[in-house]
Amino acid sequence: MNEAPREAGRLEVQGLSLSFGGLKALRDVSFAVEAGSITALIGPNGAGKTSMFNCISGFYRPQQGRILFDGENVTARHAPARAKLGFARTFQNIALFRGMTVLDNIKLGRHAHMKSNALQALAYWGAARREEIALREEIEKRIIDFLEINHIRHMPVGSLPYGLQKRVELARALAMKPRILLLDEPVAGMNREETEDMARFILDVKEEWGTTILMVEHDMGMVMDISDHVVVLNFGQVIAQGLPSEVQADPRVVEAYLGSGDPAALMKRINETQEAA
Amino acid sequence: MRIATAKQSYSSDEALLRTNTQWAWMGILALALLAAPFLLDGYWLYLACLVTINVASATGLNILTGFTGLVSLGQAAFMAVGAYTVAVLQRDVGTPFLFNLLAAGALTAIVGVLVGLPSLRVKGLYLAIATIAASFILHFVFVNWQSLTNGPSGISLEPATFFGAPLTSNFHLYWVFVPITALMVLGAANLFRTRIGRAFIAIRDRDISAEVLGIPLLRYKLLSFAISSFYAGIAGGMWAYFFRVVTPESFPFITSIFFLAAIIVGGMGTILGGIVGAVFMTLVPELLRFLVEWASPFVPNAGTLLSPVRTVVFGALIVGFLVFEPQGMAEIIQRIRRFFHLWPFRK
Repeated sequence: MNEAPREAGRLEVQGLSLSFGGLKALRDVSFAVEAGSITALIGPNGAGKTSMFNCISGFYRPQQGRILFDGENVTARHAPARAKLGFARTFQNIALFRGMTVLDNIKLGRHAHMKSNALQALAYWGAARREEIALREEIEKRIIDFLEINHIRHMPVGSLPYGLQKRVELARALAMKPRILLLDEPVAGMNREETEDMARFILDVKEEWGTTILMVEHDMGMVMDISDHVVVLNFGQVIAQGLPSEVQADPRVVEAYLGSGDPAALMKRINETQEAA
Repeated sequence: MRIATAKQSYSSDEALLRTNTQWAWMGILALALLAAPFLLDGYWLYLACLVTINVASATGLNILTGFTGLVSLGQAAFMAVGAYTVAVLQRDVGTPFLFNLLAAGALTAIVGVLVGLPSLRVKGLYLAIATIAASFILHFVFVNWQSLTNGPSGISLEPATFFGAPLTSNFHLYWVFVPITALMVLGAANLFRTRIGRAFIAIRDRDISAEVLGIPLLRYKLLSFAISSFYAGIAGGMWAYFFRVVTPESFPFITSIFFLAAIIVGGMGTILGGIVGAVFMTLVPELLRFLVEWASPFVPNAGTLLSPVRTVVFGALIVGFLVFEPQGMAEIIQRIRRFFHLWPFRK
């Protein structure tokens, strides 16, 4: 089981539209996440970033458009099937299992790639036993050491501070043998030091595992520091994408975040949104 | 104090019993179980067998309700399916003891999966209601499928034979039931060291993130129903061999509540909880009986008070545990353990 990380995948979103009743959450969104890159999805609150994430991980079914993973259309696949394909996700409001230990949480990440059946599990015999022990060894050597969480492995997740919980969630995503990591606000609510630690781990994952990373993040400092490519969403549409430096300088992005200072432009935008709804 | 627990291999760190203290307790338990039938008199041996059967069933319910979070009030009906399977097989086919028990487990597992089908759509209270409905349907079948179940008068069983040896007394049955239940408990403990057990707990705690981790919800919920009902079926089969008569009233609805109470009092979602809960709840009425006997010289008509007092104490226990110790007796035991991990260095 001590195999090399799986090959990074390339994700492509083509013309995705999603609406809830009359509310258009995403309108004709297209972008690509190149294999082995770090791509950031940014935008003001309510821009549709989390909706986009939920489409990619299989919770929402878009009304239009396709999601391609290494050229294969995965739009119709359910979340568990995508997990098996190599989609690994972390959540904005940590979705760990609080009563379980750190180790058990990480082990859960591997679920879709394990094979033992119920009878073997009841007897803890044969494949079940071999698989569990090999998994433990791999997690210890490749994930727990890597993310520096040795000291907490037997502790229940609920008792850990926030920053460490985020790290455990990343560990669980890594245990999923990811080909693409989807990180939903990996440093939200963290202090400077914790943010820097997390940024370093994300960069290390890219360097050492070569995994493709797509993240939603509000911390602009971190986004601009570590991303290779930035996609900016506003009102469900892609308003800019490119290198961090290009996006930063784009007047549409500045306007989306800060407003243009022109009341007429604001009224025009409000009217447009109302018409669209 | 807990020392010298460092391990040199991952397999030893993944073992069920990891410290010498745990091994020592397990040894004491094994010795007690071996010595019990020689030390206990008839009535207590009868209770020991009953406790053994209840431990098996409570462990099964704990897998479903405690670990997977699917509240079931159908446990009694599942046990009844197992009991009837054993009774009918013994009466009409004459297959051997172990085969009958396994068949009871297998058939009950199938029934459990059918009852569990609504669990994809409904959870919590609504699922509990669905399992109640299933219990009443099964009860109706037991009463009305006269040709198979002999209706309300039920089926009487001959004493079982185990590889040629007749199991006529509780002494004999004890030696068969205890290993079977021990294996079942061991199986449950193993289950939660593997991917399947972890998936159950994941579904209980956060079903949405379980899906993202690649756990298909319906399949695992049904698997949990199947394993849990398998346990209930075997427990019901043992029950049939124990009481040797199975009627539709053998497993009243209150029995389902009894088992739910047992895992609440014992501790939901821990293997230990299912065991201590079942032992405690089975023995409480007996302890009360002794109390009443002891009080009878002082209290007039103590005997007639026994039955209502029993009910009140039962209810009070459940409420008391829900309020003061929602994690059950297993948590009390864990707290004592943690105290001794550091003892005598921390007071």
